[in-house]
Amino acid sequence: MAISTSLNRLPRRDWSPAAARHLLWRVGFGGSPAEVAAVWDAGLDRAVEGLLGSEDNIAGTGPDVDPDVIRPLSTDERRAARAARQSGDEDALREFRSRRIQSRREDRAMHIRLQSWWLQRMIQTPRPLEEKLALLWHGHFATRHRNVRDAYLMYQQNQMMRTYGAKSFADLARGVVRDPAMLKFLNNDRNNARKPNENMARELMELFTLGEGQYRERDIREGARSLTGYHVNDNDFSFRRRAHDGSSKTIFGQTGPFDGDDFVDIILARKRCARFVAFKLYRYFVLDIDEEEDRWPPASKRVIDQMGDRIFRDRYQLQPLLKDLFRSRHFYDSAVVGKKIKSPAELLAGTIRAMNTPHRDPRMLREAMRRMGQQLFDPPSVAGWDGGSSWINTATLFARQNLCLYLITGKGSRRGGSRHGDEDYDPMVLLGVGDRHPTSVANHLVDVYLGSHVPAARRVPLLDFMTRSGQTVTTDTLVSLLVLICAMPEYQLC
Amino acid sequence: MFHEGIAFTRREFLYSGMAMISTATSAPAFLARSGLAMADQNMAHGLDRPGSVPERVLVVVQLSGGNDGLNTVIPVGSPGYYRARPRIAIAEKEALLIDPNQGIALHPALADLHEMVSEGLASVVQGVGYPNPNRSHFASMDVWHTGDTRGGRGHGWIGKGLDQDRNIDRSLACVCIGSDAPLAAQGRHVKPVAFERAEAFRWAGRQRQPELVSVYDRICREGGDSDMDAVTRFVYRTALDAQVASDRVRKAVATGPVTRFAGGALSRQLQLVAAMIRAELPTRVYYVALGGFDTHAQQVSTHQRLLREFASAMKTFYRELEATGHRSRVVTLAFSEFGRRVAQNASAGTDHGAAGPVFLFGDVVRPGLQGEHPPLDQLVGGDLRFGLDFRCIYAELLDNWLQLDSTAALGRVFRKTRLLDLS
Repeated sequence: MAISTSLNRLPRRDWSPAAARHLLWRVGFGGSPAEVAAVWDAGLDRAVEGLLGSEDNIAGTGPDVDPDVIRPLSTDERRAARAARQSGDEDALREFRSRRIQSRREDRAMHIRLQSWWLQRMIQTPRPLEEKLALLWHGHFATRHRNVRDAYLMYQQNQMMRTYGAKSFADLARGVVRDPAMLKFLNNDRNNARKPNENMARELMELFTLGEGQYRERDIREGARSLTGYHVNDNDFSFRRRAHDGSSKTIFGQTGPFDGDDFVDIILARKRCARFVAFKLYRYFVLDIDEEEDRWPPASKRVIDQMGDRIFRDRYQLQPLLKDLFRSRHFYDSAVVGKKIKSPAELLAGTIRAMNTPHRDPRMLREAMRRMGQQLFDPPSVAGWDGGSSWINTATLFARQNLCLYLITGKGSRRGGSRHGDEDYDPMVLLGVGDRHPTSVANHLVDVYLGSHVPAARRVPLLDFMTRSGQTVTTDTLVSLLVLICAMPEYQLC
Repeated sequence: MFHEGIAFTRREFLYSGMAMISTATSAPAFLARSGLAMADQNMAHGLDRPGSVPERVLVVVQLSGGNDGLNTVIPVGSPGYYRARPRIAIAEKEALLIDPNQGIALHPALADLHEMVSEGLASVVQGVGYPNPNRSHFASMDVWHTGDTRGGRGHGWIGKGLDQDRNIDRSLACVCIGSDAPLAAQGRHVKPVAFERAEAFRWAGRQRQPELVSVYDRICREGGDSDMDAVTRFVYRTALDAQVASDRVRKAVATGPVTRFAGGALSRQLQLVAAMIRAELPTRVYYVALGGFDTHAQQVSTHQRLLREFASAMKTFYRELEATGHRSRVVTLAFSEFGRRVAQNASAGTDHGAAGPVFLFGDVVRPGLQGEHPPLDQLVGGDLRFGLDFRCIYAELLDNWLQLDSTAALGRVFRKTRLLDLS
């Protein structure tokens, strides 16, 4: 059967538990059997509304952050430091140095708390799409703590992406050129009229809005001048008029005394930008397709074209498009379901959510993220994570399988975990009221955790294991079955 | 036809390591044969001549934290050195003279390195750095890892170099000892393997219940079927490759060394590497690291301990390679993300600086002191001026040793250093 290439709505008869499962994994971080059933029960429209717009937020779960973890010296302190340097007062200089070292240490500790906090949010939030989009934009407008070296700025940026992420790409792009973490990361705090720094202008067009080859070097030079004076004052954006080049610029054929905000609007007015955003959304939510357009499958290309048109027409409002996409026939096509490689965050949060695994050591979870190649707030570069098949290689595959083992059993970690790590885990609740025959249980859990599209032949090792394990399904057998399900290559996909 | 067309174009299919040559023996026919299984057979038939290019190995030793180059390769003939470092300078009579004409000596803890230099096995390259040096550990390490002074795009010089070789065995092309792989080793297509202990490079399910292993093996070694779409087949294929790679690595390191390795982090890592080289894994690059060089305070004893560990580990490593008949296959590069400032600080330590020495080891290096020591009377903002861009050394190693295209890996042409003698 030909694949659906339009954003036309999925026929009502095709809305199934399998489709509900697909929606939960792709738009959120998976769900338990009960959640899958509830989403199915709600029907497609209400399910999508729920993931997009549920009002209840996680109360009282803000991270422990200190806005002053890194702060500029006060005038008095600067004066004292200068005096100490001039008089060679070694004690005073040592004191300044140890204070600096101390604040760096506190900053790293805060960075670690922030990583755990975000992972917890992904695991617990009733509005998973919000976190999923924040993660998309974090990898898109990629900023690294290890360069910015101010965890509070990273937190501010994260909140900005959470606020605008599902609303408007235009607001996001406008926010990013005034975002202190980004301005620091791309050295725009050193972009002055007298000596323009092109870093921000280049990345803005190449990585954030248009893609390579969609602009000329001249547009970068002029764009960089428009961004001069976009600096940072402690935790805030600061427009330094004296550092700004107020003279005329010509960007994409338009001439005027543009500033950075104008520069962004000039970019947004290009249809190419909407299409670029469509591609990024498609690759994040639908299929792991290549960067290069001439390698896109024709079906994907047609869908991306429509998405781009839609985004442009909606003036970069994202909700209308996302609603259509998540209800489209294309999104539920058999060539899409179960064909995308889970990111480490999806694998981790998804396993915990879908299997209701008990609380595990946050240090271990962070370490697993590092081994799997996705450190939150520390993407490898401004280009973000490669994603797709690059998540999986011989080393990360073991890391992924062993993480799942640890989540379910508490075992398999270097720290050893507790000897009876799975005692606090009761997977029986996952079975509901269904048939408890061992092979029925195995088939049911394969449907839930690997997808009903997995053919019978590939289920055989699991079914044989259950048959050998006895007549009744014990907690112990069930834990082992879940461990094996997570070792199935299909578990890496969603 | 959608199933065939949508997920991967042919080119990507090849890149993803899914290009397969059929006629499998142990692997399921539809997965065909893994590159590893093929390499095994080649070796059994003696197809890889020792010393031929695919057998050449590069080992990279990262000295993390910013090694104090000036107290490592010491200008004992420069009074300026003693003036800048009254509390931490190494006395001329204690240092190991390496070049009387230039007045350059090695730190006394580097006796083993000194010995390797006189044996023609080690080269000390002076004044290595890059323009507009960055004094942040992370930022400067990124520069060294990516070979790009702007910090790159998430891929490193080794990974991008290995990407150039279409015939490479992707699953073990680069092995890093450590909990996660360094940026340097990340290619767009070739991804490194990283583990601290070989035992960690496997599925840990036996800890739950040993009987699960046979089911796991059935899934990951024999699983899958011919109806799989490209993405699913890719994961099954990687799962199989992972088992084979794990078997080979664990088997390799199970063989004890011929030479006695000392304790210490670097020795332990190099012992693993020597075992894997001896087992003739299809690995082209090994990556190890020794940390602790960030000597801001009371650096004398710390620095001495680290240098001793470094030199002794290198000597033992090459003794072991010699004893097992693999020495000619292995060139080693040792670097640090920056040197330290010329002047000592108020805490009898040194702060982050710029240029520093790099070390090369192996039969083919031009032994002894290479390049010129950065002059102490021509500092740039209190830092040593670099005389050789580190990327020239990378280019030499990529082009002439590994025979990988350095221009593609580094994004531009760097002049040749002639630090290797491959005539």
